[in-house]
Amino acid sequence: MAEAAVKPQSSAAGATRLKIEGLNAYYGESHVLHGVDIEVKRGEVVALLGRNGAGKTSTLRSVMGLVGRRTGSIVFDGVETAKLAPHRIARLGIGYVPEERGIFASLNVHENLMLPPVIKPGGMSVPDIFTLFPNLKERLYSPGTKLSGGEQQMLAIARILRSGADFILLDEPTEGLAPVIVQQIGAAVRRLKESGLTMIVVEQSIHFVSTIADRFYVMEDGHVVDAMTAAELAANRDRLVTYLGV
Amino acid sequence: MFELLGIPPQALFGQLLLGLINGSFYALLSLGLAVIFGMLNVINFAHGALYMVGAFVAWYLLQYAGIGYWGALIITPVVVGILGLVIEKTMLRHLYKLDHLYGLLLTFGLALILEGGFKYQYGVSGQSYPVPAALNGGTNLGFMFLPFYRGWVVALSIVVCVATWYAIEKTRLGSYLRAATENPKLVQAFGINVPVMITMTYGTGVALAGLAGVMAAPIYSVNPLMGSNLIIVVFAVVVIGGMGSIFGAVASGYLLGLMEGLTKVFLPEASNIVVFLIMVVVLLLRPAGLFGRER
Repeated sequence: MAEAAVKPQSSAAGATRLKIEGLNAYYGESHVLHGVDIEVKRGEVVALLGRNGAGKTSTLRSVMGLVGRRTGSIVFDGVETAKLAPHRIARLGIGYVPEERGIFASLNVHENLMLPPVIKPGGMSVPDIFTLFPNLKERLYSPGTKLSGGEQQMLAIARILRSGADFILLDEPTEGLAPVIVQQIGAAVRRLKESGLTMIVVEQSIHFVSTIADRFYVMEDGHVVDAMTAAELAANRDRLVTYLGV
Repeated sequence: MFELLGIPPQALFGQLLLGLINGSFYALLSLGLAVIFGMLNVINFAHGALYMVGAFVAWYLLQYAGIGYWGALIITPVVVGILGLVIEKTMLRHLYKLDHLYGLLLTFGLALILEGGFKYQYGVSGQSYPVPAALNGGTNLGFMFLPFYRGWVVALSIVVCVATWYAIEKTRLGSYLRAATENPKLVQAFGINVPVMITMTYGTGVALAGLAGVMAAPIYSVNPLMGSNLIIVVFAVVVIGGMGSIFGAVASGYLLGLMEGLTKVFLPEASNIVVFLIMVVVLLLRPAGLFGRER
């Protein structure tokens, strides 16, 4: 089964894996993140919530080193990554599932799946991936972008699981997908959490993440404006709804 | 002997072979240009000059090191490839953030410097380079005479083009290349060292030009201007095939060589412009080229 294929975390749960302090990010002239502080512990699923343009995607892109310029500190597993090139950051064990999914049109499904190199041992095997996402197996030699939106999302997640990354950045995994597909993706993400992967999930609404996240950060205009644990969520629901404007 | 539309077969097939030879060089050069353009978004104007440098490296090897054609076939692409790595690392790299036009201007300048330097040293009369002994002579195929060396050039260029196409379309490394052509940042975020891939791609692309230079040395004389004569046609070939399309570059290379050959038989006056006429028509009807995808 899929769960068994992912290596259990060797180090103690609860240790800090990612600590972002005073992060500022810029795209050319525009200053998109203003002193963001975020901490993620081993085995946690942390949700970044906020409206469109709040800085959630920019935060993930900053972790991967994909923004134009960034200042501040991003320490991952004890390594300062703010000055590292993206491929060096990925090799520390971070897997990135971008918002636009990033499926390559000139590669078929199989090539897309095999594209990310194995960066850590303990990644999911291809048969286990097909157990988790049976749709992919049927479309293995179609061009990647001929898949439906939901299948592309599955492929984007699957290829990162194969790489052995044990810290996963998921950017709006349910955006634009039909409810039945959202359920399927939700079930997969829940299983990954149970297998011990650490994740940051970006979403615009609390609907999808409320059942999987351990902690929530709320972003607005490039700042973190609120934070709460899953236990505090119910009591603060009204406040969250105001932030997110739903 | 039969005649075709009043043309003796010897003349027809002779011109077709000549077209195929030219097409072999078009294909090899436009292949390198297409690979470089796809990955670097740079229109490598120095390609013709590096092809010329390849021919001169072969000539140097023979002249000063006593290394003949077969050795040159291996050593020259490596030498020109390393020159490419240096150009990419020290110059082109700094221009990626700017408009594509700057890469074109830089490589255009490099081409002028290389050609000017060789012209200063060797004039434009050209140095002769012997056909390798093993490929001297030829055979009568009945309908035409086939010099062995020319047959070898066509065969080798087809093998190199097919091998390059296979490497890009069917191998793991090729899938990295295709993916990085589409979205280099994401590929790098998967842990692949894209900057090194870009350098290697440029090196490999110009190594193909160097290889073409060696192959050309025994046919055309080794001449500082041999690249600039060819490169304009090759750019037309790339445009016709479709910018960045590997298959398009190769297929239209051979196709246009043959078209030129045919035109020489039936309308010799038009043979120098036929490629450009086709380019104009293709640009008007299919701006992305015969095999290109609209971006």
